[in-house]
Amino acid sequence: MPYKIIEKTELAPSVHLIKVKAPDVAKAAKAGQFIILRIDETSERVPLTIADFDATEGYVTIIFQEMGKTTKQLARMSFSDELQDFVGPLGTPADVRELGTVILVGGGVGIAPVYPQVKAYREAGNRVISVIGARNESLLILEDEMREASDELHVATDDGSKGHHGFVTDVVKEILDSGEDVARIVVIGPPILMKVAAGMTEPYGVETIVSLNPIMIDGTGMCGGCRVSVGGETKFACVDGPEFDAHKVDFNLLMSRLALYRDEESKCLEDHDHKCTCRGEN
Amino acid sequence: MAERQAMPLQNPEERTQNFNEVALGYTEEQARAEASRCIECKVPGCVEGCPVNIDIPGFIAQIKEGDFDKAIDTIKLTNSLPAICGRVCPQEVQCEQYCVLAKKKQPIAIGRLERYCADYEMGKGVNAPVKPDSTGRTVAVIGAGPAGLTAAADLAKAGHSVTIFESLHDTGGVLTYGIPEFRLPKAIVRAEVDYIKQLGVDVKVDYVIGKIKTLDELREEFDAVFLGTGAGLPKFMGIEGENLNGVYSANEFLTRVNLMKAYQFPDYDTPVKRGRKVIVVGGGNVAMDAARSALRLGADEVSIVYRRGEEELPARKEEVGNAKEEGIVFSLLANPVRILEGENMTVNGVECIKMELGEPDGSGRRSPIPVEGSEHVLDADVVIIAIGTSPNPMIFSGSSGLETNSRGTIIVDENGKTSLDNVYAGGDAVTGAATVISAMGAAKIAAKAIDEYLKA
Ligand SMILES: Cc1cc2nc3c(=O)[nH]c(=O)nc-3n(C[C@H](O)[C@H](O)[C@H](O)COP(=O)(O)OP(=O)(O)OC[C@H]3O[C@@H](n4cnc5c(N)ncnc54)[C@H](O)[C@@H]3O)c2cc1C
Ligand SMILES: Cc1cc2nc3c(=O)[nH]c(=O)nc-3n(C[C@H](O)[C@H](O)[C@H](O)COP(=O)(O)OP(=O)(O)OC[C@H]3O[C@@H](n4cnc5c(N)ncnc54)[C@H](O)[C@@H]3O)c2cc1C
Ligand code: FES
Repeated sequence: MPYKIIEKTELAPSVHLIKVKAPDVAKAAKAGQFIILRIDETSERVPLTIADFDATEGYVTIIFQEMGKTTKQLARMSFSDELQDFVGPLGTPADVRELGTVILVGGGVGIAPVYPQVKAYREAGNRVISVIGARNESLLILEDEMREASDELHVATDDGSKGHHGFVTDVVKEILDSGEDVARIVVIGPPILMKVAAGMTEPYGVETIVSLNPIMIDGTGMCGGCRVSVGGETKFACVDGPEFDAHKVDFNLLMSRLALYRDEESKCLEDHDHKCTCRGEN
Repeated sequence: MAERQAMPLQNPEERTQNFNEVALGYTEEQARAEASRCIECKVPGCVEGCPVNIDIPGFIAQIKEGDFDKAIDTIKLTNSLPAICGRVCPQEVQCEQYCVLAKKKQPIAIGRLERYCADYEMGKGVNAPVKPDSTGRTVAVIGAGPAGLTAAADLAKAGHSVTIFESLHDTGGVLTYGIPEFRLPKAIVRAEVDYIKQLGVDVKVDYVIGKIKTLDELREEFDAVFLGTGAGLPKFMGIEGENLNGVYSANEFLTRVNLMKAYQFPDYDTPVKRGRKVIVVGGGNVAMDAARSALRLGADEVSIVYRRGEEELPARKEEVGNAKEEGIVFSLLANPVRILEGENMTVNGVECIKMELGEPDGSGRRSPIPVEGSEHVLDADVVIIAIGTSPNPMIFSGSSGLETNSRGTIIVDENGKTSLDNVYAGGDAVTGAATVISAMGAAKIAAKAIDEYLKA
């Protein structure tokens, strides 16, 4: 059963938003969950977080960054094109409860998965401070939406082109140092950001949650390819997560496993770019 | 007495370079010659040995007469997936074990004859089935493996409106993601699924029950539910180094290779590590399939490490033979104790310990005991763990009341009925990892019970 793309926008260079018609997925979706899509018969199965969903209209929004072949191919699809597969919602929903003040941190394309959580935490009665960051201003996505959804929004860019000059973790540290009573911090972004954030918050003793993004295939617990080590125990991120206690995650293992197919991925991408140039698509 | 007809095979040097089917199938002459060896026992043991009680002497007699159409009809009376069973059933512990000629180690090649008839029919084109009159009752079948497909076919033939929900993007269960192309061509699985669709069964892939819909919701939406969710959760050994890059569960390795077609990379996008020296831990069909796949992906050497001896290998004899012929090394009576770490968290060898066999355990097999001080290191850059699977608990997510035992398998009565009123189950989800034919047998019993329940 093909799944139609009903909207597509470029949010920033190489970062795209698509809305996909998938009524049953939209009905069951919760913040913190993800989908797995396959473009066509020869494509990989690629996991992407549910950035938004509308049960009445029957669509799911995903936001992705062009990384390798699949995401580049996806970036070139347009309105009314169809995806062969769109499976979800997968993973355990975020554990959203009324806690008090919560800091939600999104780095780069990680702002996308943070956005539905901001809404969910706010709806659950929390005061939500959001901190978002990117390499520079042009790569910063969903700023207006985040401002609208949060009680307070902070922005950081690596080059200082917008907001705080530096990393999102600096901003979080400032908030913690200011004596704000924070019940929980949620950090989603590149593994290195999550690792640094985990190290930074640990001395403060504030519960910190990260959403892990290991390589996945089925997303249902049947292959174990997505295994991560949390508190010395092996977990399958697709079913036991993707959210885990940041202070217990072995980030080095996560990062090394993410690099497993680097050679094959660049081969795949080279072939792809080559074909595109030949067809004059690029 | 004539000798048992040998199965024509692709020769070993050639076949390790491709993923095409190894066993080529009997010719008509061979099939008739093999059938004519049957001595037509008055009380045939073979039928008893068949989990779905195919009228074996009946179809063999029809082959003798050259009436292959009748022979396949006879088989299909009780087995709806003969092209698959003829290829993957462990006949040596089922029908063929009870053949009187087995005493001389020359039983009739019942499985190969079954396959011949099924392939004959497929070559000719299978007649589209006639859709029966609708009963107006609805059944949801979860899982499109052999159990689910069999239950769906029987229920559709009884006139019920059947919807299959499958979590992966393709049907077939283990037949598609686990068993490799060179042992079971996917075109055969597809043909069987097409037949079931022609019966009017609606197949929804990409549907993970427990996530997109719960079992409770399906029980409301449908008059009855059949669970054929299999035993797809991989077990790891819990030894040091198991999360290193290059360590796979057999499920992941085979899913990449078969379902995602990594053997055709880069035409297909999904990669798999092509090891130089590959170690596969385990001795069942899954281990053989993983080892033979790794060899075809270009490994210099592939070894099976199994903690018991040759006699105890649980894999089909035929496949052990094929694996040996292809040059797979068997390190028997050995067990890994840890996986050694190389650069960048990759695999750099496996430390094993020698084992000896002690007293028989609960399963009647002699239990292996480590030999102290016998640790040794085997060279490896890819390790595949094939030590078993257990049922995936996903199906229970968001619903309650379905009883399971300590191993996570679903508890059913003799009719396949679970602890829930309109829910039935069968196959690996109930027994733990078993066989295609036992999954089909259980599904048939459950389908009959569901039919009676819906008519009551
Ligand atoms: C639960 C989860 C949620 C995610 N959510 C988002 C999201 O909302 N937006 C977004 O832009 N990205 C997200 N990702 C990452 C995204 O899946 C990868 O960027 C994508 O698979 C890259 O595929 P590719 O073919 O374009 O690149 P490739 O060239 O194949 O890979 C580029 C890099 O992506 C990673 N990767 C490759 N294949 C996979 C795979 N099957 N699963 C996971 N990672 C892989 C590897 O680290 C690799 O080095 C998420 C990942 C997970 C596991
Ligand atoms: C590599 C390998 C080789 C084998 N070789 C042989 C052999 O030679 N001979 C033999 O007889 N047996 C063999 N077996 C065993 C045999 O394949 C299984 O016993 C048989 O497939 C069990 O059938 P099943 O229908 O119960 O389960 P499966 O085939 O496992 O099918 C279950 C299906 O349910 C789906 N599912 C699970 N959970 C959900 C959910 N929540 N929602 C939706 N769908 C779901 C799964 O994706 C899967 O497609 C082998 C097994 C493996 C892994
Ligand atoms: S992706 Fe296969 S088990 Fe998680």
